[in-house]
Amino acid sequence: MTTRIPVVENILSANDRIADRNRVLLDEKGVYSINIMASPGAGKTSFILKTLEALKGRLKLGVIEGDLATSIDAEKAMAAGLPAVQINTGGGCHLDAVMLADALPALPLSDLDLVLVENVGNLVCPANFQIGTHLNVLIASIPEGDDKPYKYPGMYRGVQVLIINKTDLMPYVTFNMNYFIKGVEALNPDVTIFPVSCKSGEGMDAWAYWITEKVRAGKQG
Amino acid sequence: MHELSVTQSVLDIALANAGARKIKQVNLVIGQFSSIVDDSVQFYWDMITKGTPAQGSLLHFERIAGEMTCRRCGHVFHPTDETFECPSCSSPLVKISKGEEFQVESIDVE
Repeated sequence: MTTRIPVVENILSANDRIADRNRVLLDEKGVYSINIMASPGAGKTSFILKTLEALKGRLKLGVIEGDLATSIDAEKAMAAGLPAVQINTGGGCHLDAVMLADALPALPLSDLDLVLVENVGNLVCPANFQIGTHLNVLIASIPEGDDKPYKYPGMYRGVQVLIINKTDLMPYVTFNMNYFIKGVEALNPDVTIFPVSCKSGEGMDAWAYWITEKVRAGKQG
Repeated sequence: MHELSVTQSVLDIALANAGARKIKQVNLVIGQFSSIVDDSVQFYWDMITKGTPAQGSLLHFERIAGEMTCRRCGHVFHPTDETFECPSCSSPLVKISKGEEFQVESIDVE
């Protein structure tokens, strides 16, 4: 005889429990952390390098690079003077909490204020997988087009900060900012938005000031 | 890759709830905004359940359509992938009311 057993459990609950443990570890060490997500080519690595430049002397940073199979991004970060760890997902399309749990001990956490985690370039699923960071950040970029919130609602839904990168290309690309923002706000009315250009540096000050305040507030909390 | 790790999580949850009993079917509730491909999950399922109490079992997907509710007029509608505006009053101020489900709802055992 067949019996139905009610379960009602989120499929990713095991991942979420490990993410919680990562968060506890980071909190114990007094480190604030952000998970940076975007499609390939949106400017994740440039954004991280610009953030490092803007925060130099203010905060001590570390970087965790998620990538499919290379360590080019981690090498760039180390060349910029950052403690950096590479996670190779071996073809996987997102970072998960276990990968971050394995990578965190390789950083000198006690000496750091802020860890930037660069997720795999992908606009479909990374936001579904909590990794235990304090803040989820999505980088959108102008050449991707203004319809992306409508096509990839899960990603726009799952973040607290939206960076709109490559604003210097606005004069050359058809991008209806009003249509784009409407889509974003429908999915995520509380998201904090920073338009920036990693190329010209425009807008990076506002982001750097905001994240510095966040890190300091986190340390006091 | 994505579907494989999700499928493994489904199996872990099913086995933890089945005890020693044989699993006949696992019932999933998946919203439209959750990214997963049914066929691909079933394919991995048949592979990874071999030699477990879930071998030969079926996955049943209950799909929940995406639904938004207008925060201005309360109208409930299904969004398209081109606009989220309320079709009744044109307000862009809406919220997702259904479609984010991603659960193992129940398992059938014998």
